[in-house]
Amino acid sequence: MSVSRQTIEELQSKARIIRRHIVEMIAEAGSGHPGGSLSSADIVTALYFHVMNVDPKNPKWPERDRLVLSKGHAAPVVYAALAEKGFFPKEELLKLRKTGAMLQGHPDMKATPGLDMTTGSLGQGLSAANGMALAAKLDNKDYRVYVIMGDGEIQEGQIWEAAMTAAHYKLDNLTAFVDHNGLQIDGPITKVMSPESIQEKFKAFGWNVIDIDGHDIQQILEAVEEAKTVKGKPTVIVSKTVKGKGVPFMENQVGWHGKAPTLDQAKEALEIL
Amino acid sequence: MTKIATREAYGEALAEIGADIKDIVVLDADLSGSTKTAVFAKKFPERFFNIGIAEQDLMGTAAGLATCGKIPFASTFAVFATGRAFEQIRNSICYPNLNVKIAATHAGLTVGEDGATHQSIEDLALMRALPNMTVISPADAVEAKKAVKAAALHEGPVYLRFGRMAVETIFDEDYEFKIGKGKILREGKDVAIIATGIMVGEALKAAHILEKDGLNAMVVNIHTIKPIDEEVILQAAECGAIVTAEEHTIIGGLGSAVAEVLAEKKPTPMRRIGVRDKFGQSGKPDELLKLYNLTAEDIANAAREMKR
Repeated sequence: MSVSRQTIEELQSKARIIRRHIVEMIAEAGSGHPGGSLSSADIVTALYFHVMNVDPKNPKWPERDRLVLSKGHAAPVVYAALAEKGFFPKEELLKLRKTGAMLQGHPDMKATPGLDMTTGSLGQGLSAANGMALAAKLDNKDYRVYVIMGDGEIQEGQIWEAAMTAAHYKLDNLTAFVDHNGLQIDGPITKVMSPESIQEKFKAFGWNVIDIDGHDIQQILEAVEEAKTVKGKPTVIVSKTVKGKGVPFMENQVGWHGKAPTLDQAKEALEIL
Repeated sequence: MTKIATREAYGEALAEIGADIKDIVVLDADLSGSTKTAVFAKKFPERFFNIGIAEQDLMGTAAGLATCGKIPFASTFAVFATGRAFEQIRNSICYPNLNVKIAATHAGLTVGEDGATHQSIEDLALMRALPNMTVISPADAVEAKKAVKAAALHEGPVYLRFGRMAVETIFDEDYEFKIGKGKILREGKDVAIIATGIMVGEALKAAHILEKDGLNAMVVNIHTIKPIDEEVILQAAECGAIVTAEEHTIIGGLGSAVAEVLAEKKPTPMRRIGVRDKFGQSGKPDELLKLYNLTAEDIANAAREMKR
């Protein structure tokens, strides 16, 4: 696939803006999950600013592509993308997690324009994405469904129930990402409860599996295009990422899973970003 | 009187309305023969999805379909629907207020021989606690059919409770069903029996028993546990004594819902007929109803006790 160098650079710079929003909004909120939001920033940017067919003026447009953020605690990354895309004013980002705000701590599709599913309780998003993909098949619509899971999240049994369903019903209009940053709240995923090998598991469940560097925009876009060509089975893009990516003092630090930076720390982070 | 299980009526109703309402899709978790969704599946195979023995995924998939304008009916046994998948119903269906109908069969002790693991006695309590959820518990096949149709036309999540056992048909085809509207089936002034599900039939029998004692019992059918019909409950309270009857634990179901209304609006002496904080067990449905004091005689006794 030919994506111009210029497009890649534009997306990279958009991802930087998304990361800045993430740091700012979580610091302002005083709580939230920066690590996993930053690790999926390149994937979310590539999807919203290059891949997905959505209309900010008509968020419920029936033909739109859908994204389910199954790892709902990374809400800030999607909120930042939706605001940059024009679904709602950017000022809303600084009201994150505050009483009465449209941006809830975890995604609430009723409150936030552009959100396709309510998530936050881990393990539930893939099932919902399957339902959307089934609906597309029933209605002969050609929209595609994307879902982002965490590598800790896939410890949930429901993910594997849903993995069976997606393969059983040949949901080739569904593309899943595993944001494989290797860390969960209590420590490295391999220490807490190893989901390895993620690739072999999905393969065994009947999925097409693609391995990429989840911070390489080119690789993300190529994988998404490849997924579109695979017929008769769903695709999972296992994306190797760095938790806290882009903010050196957060990178690969499990402590930054669910902790807000202080205003000084945020300042430091923004100077680098 | 003909005896038909409410689950039979559910399957027939689905197949009937499926022809008109094209957005209806049906999902099951490997129990389509028992829940009777197989009747729909046979008629509309392209709109039926067997999710396998995976109730959490069943509810999540239904939620996803609902976001795209479908009207999913998700079916399995009541204990698995509301217990195994409670949190999926809470977070993926009720919180986003999605248009999913959870149609659960094999509720209550009358599951019979399969025993306690399969006898849901707490589903009404669980579903009633969820914001946005409408909870319906039909008394017979006629009401069940009408409830399915009403649920399909209602926008938002609905829990429908059906039984395994064939029960006497109480209502005729002209019977009018409206979600949230209780029905006085028999006027009376001495005591009011408020019942739901298969206990409505027992309540009517209890009223006959009480008549012989010179007690004139009102009988109220509450098919919608939530939102509950406060008006009809307050009307029943005019009798000065109330007995509730449900094939469910006395904690959190119909009895609790009625008590909540009365405690706030019109404190009235009452007794609750239901499973008294115990699990069920294997046995013939009728024997279990006797053993757990869920018969017309038990209702009548509770009424007499209050009028003594």
